[in-house]
Amino acid sequence: MTNEVKIQTLVMLVDNEAGVLSQITRLFSRKGYNIETITVGTTKDINTSRITIEVLTDDEKAELLCNQIRKLFPVHSVKLIDHENSIRRELVFIKVKAEDSAKRNEIIQIANIFRANIIDVSIGALTLVVIGDGTKTAAIEKILDEYEVLEIVRTGIVAIERGLKTIYDETKEKGEFNYGKNVL
Amino acid sequence: MQMTGSQILVECLLEQGVDVVFGYPGGTILNIYDELYNYKDKIKHILTSHEQGASHAADGYARSTGKVGVCFATSGPGATNLTTGIATAYMDSVPVVFISCNVNDNLIGKDTFQEVDLVGITMPITKCNYLVKDVKKLADVVREAFAIARSGRKGPVVIDIVKNVTAETADFEPLSIDKHSSTGRIKQLLNRSSHNFTPPTPDMSDIQKLIDLIKESKKPLTICGGGVIRSKANEEIKEFVTKIDSPVAITVMGAGGIEGRNKLVTGMIGMHGTKASNIACDKCDLLISFGCRFSDRVALNPKTFARNAKIVQIDIDRSEINKNVKSYHHIIGDVKKVLTLLNENLSQLHHDEWKKEVFEYSTETVYDEENRNGTLTPKQILSSIARMLPQDTMVATDVGQHQMWAIQHFHFDYPGQLITSGGFGTMGFGLGAAIGAKIGNPDKAVILITGDGSFRMNLTELSTVEHYNLPIIVFIFNNKVLGMVRQWQSLIYKKHYSETMLDRGPDFVKIANAYGLEGSRVTNVKELEDAINKAMNEKKAYIIDCSIYIDEMVRPMVGGGSDINNFMVN
Repeated sequence: MTNEVKIQTLVMLVDNEAGVLSQITRLFSRKGYNIETITVGTTKDINTSRITIEVLTDDEKAELLCNQIRKLFPVHSVKLIDHENSIRRELVFIKVKAEDSAKRNEIIQIANIFRANIIDVSIGALTLVVIGDGTKTAAIEKILDEYEVLEIVRTGIVAIERGLKTIYDETKEKGEFNYGKNVL
Repeated sequence: MQMTGSQILVECLLEQGVDVVFGYPGGTILNIYDELYNYKDKIKHILTSHEQGASHAADGYARSTGKVGVCFATSGPGATNLTTGIATAYMDSVPVVFISCNVNDNLIGKDTFQEVDLVGITMPITKCNYLVKDVKKLADVVREAFAIARSGRKGPVVIDIVKNVTAETADFEPLSIDKHSSTGRIKQLLNRSSHNFTPPTPDMSDIQKLIDLIKESKKPLTICGGGVIRSKANEEIKEFVTKIDSPVAITVMGAGGIEGRNKLVTGMIGMHGTKASNIACDKCDLLISFGCRFSDRVALNPKTFARNAKIVQIDIDRSEINKNVKSYHHIIGDVKKVLTLLNENLSQLHHDEWKKEVFEYSTETVYDEENRNGTLTPKQILSSIARMLPQDTMVATDVGQHQMWAIQHFHFDYPGQLITSGGFGTMGFGLGAAIGAKIGNPDKAVILITGDGSFRMNLTELSTVEHYNLPIIVFIFNNKVLGMVRQWQSLIYKKHYSETMLDRGPDFVKIANAYGLEGSRVTNVKELEDAINKAMNEKKAYIIDCSIYIDEMVRPMVGGGSDINNFMVN
């Protein structure tokens, strides 16, 4: 554990019910954290949702935050994802102005290099979709800044661990990670 | 059996053994009150003057009996008037179920008359809250709410029911409380071994580690926090400190956790802690904390708090571990269970040298003056009370100087004897809380220690006290000023007494008379003791307005954020 402030990725399984998201996001604001990104969606079980939230803080505070979230009744499981052993992705739409075919070709070439797809072409503008962790999407955004970017839409980060590990390993139903034991 | 929502609710209260509720009726909760009318031989309703009073009464009832308190209010302003009471219960982990009704389902979200999003408002101040829109789910929700309020780290729960649900019917089968865990969502929640529902079983290797630390330690100090009160572990902690022969400091919330007269007790710790407690905290090499969350009033400076010690934190709530103060070791579990395991595995130790070092410092309160001309001193008032009233008298307090004096001075003997708002510091808490305590403990003497500022806030509950014939003796420490704030202004704000003078009435004796009660104003010990005698003979409440000196201070005092042994005032 270090005191270095960095992006921390928290994934949680929660009951898919009205008010749960608000309970969780209010906990972040109450404890003084700004949510950098948040994504929510159902899982293989329609009654549970998975929330991925990224905040800027150090390891120790992130662990305390996880303990606070665990206290909430609709929460089944919370995990602090280790970036080394996980995959984080977000999807970004970028709408760029392309007045003529020359500009259009340049942008298409850039898109190919970044393995971005063109999902809409119309007279005067192109829309790209790019998937990546924060660094890749930031790089393409920077290059496209040379052209006139009309709009950027991002989904926010989702994250999954590599290998056999899943969020279901440590749910409250399964004894909740050596629950009661000194884990620090 | 087909029943209306209101009937189901009342039946569910009976399942829980509820025989008294505090509350205030209104438009949306009328159906429930109509049902209460049918059940009035089974459930006693205490009508207060204000919903806030009801919320504090339910809280005081829960604190003094250990049972779950129940409080009713109507929608909108009725519900928002509860919020101070809910937050007070939340900060001190008191099990109370607040039940309010909202407008009809089809009117929700339309800014209907007396509509408010209570679930949204109370989210950060409840353990859990519910909006019930389906009568079929009502019984489940009520059972779950009670289970949650009283389990793990206790706390308040809010149930907001839309009005039409209280009139609609559903099938209901009464179920005894021991069978609740096999139905509904409680069953699911029990499957999750979550620390807020099932009491955690402490880990034996963690216990063993603490025992090793205790054996190594030359200068152990124990802190008795509010967790000891909530789990009623008074006998266990007494055995523990006797066995390890360590001094024990008490927090405001922990008062009554161990008998105040015990020879190992160093008195209160923290901002107004005794010399012995605070200096021992700085010098000890092992600090064992039971159910204390190291709030800023105890660990004033978390960086230097117990700087020479290994801190061991024992708490039922894992999110408290390392929250305010970094611990060396921790045990997650119910204080009572942990203490029992520790006691079973410990042999008698001796720390005479260390005790000698600690008890060289004062364990008693320090007062400015023991006698003053023309006014009483806090010591005189408290000594007379201690001498004249039964030793097991329950003491409710408000918030301010009088609260600190009372907690410093009295030796509390059992959990629940002191009823005070420690975490939230709610002025106006005392009278309502005293009502709840008296109703929960009709055989015990109950007194209220209050200040003129705090008492003015909710004195309208005197009508409740009078109506229900509750013989509570009220002691007003009247310095005609907001004493604690003035103390800070004197010490920190260059004597700029900004808006703290309360030299404007009312005449508290006349107030008492107006509510049909007796009272006296006293300025010396003779008058005071006469008044106490009179009050004890009255079958009704009695108000004693005690004049005290305007610049009386709570001593000792450590400034906020300072090192714990750095006394600003001796």
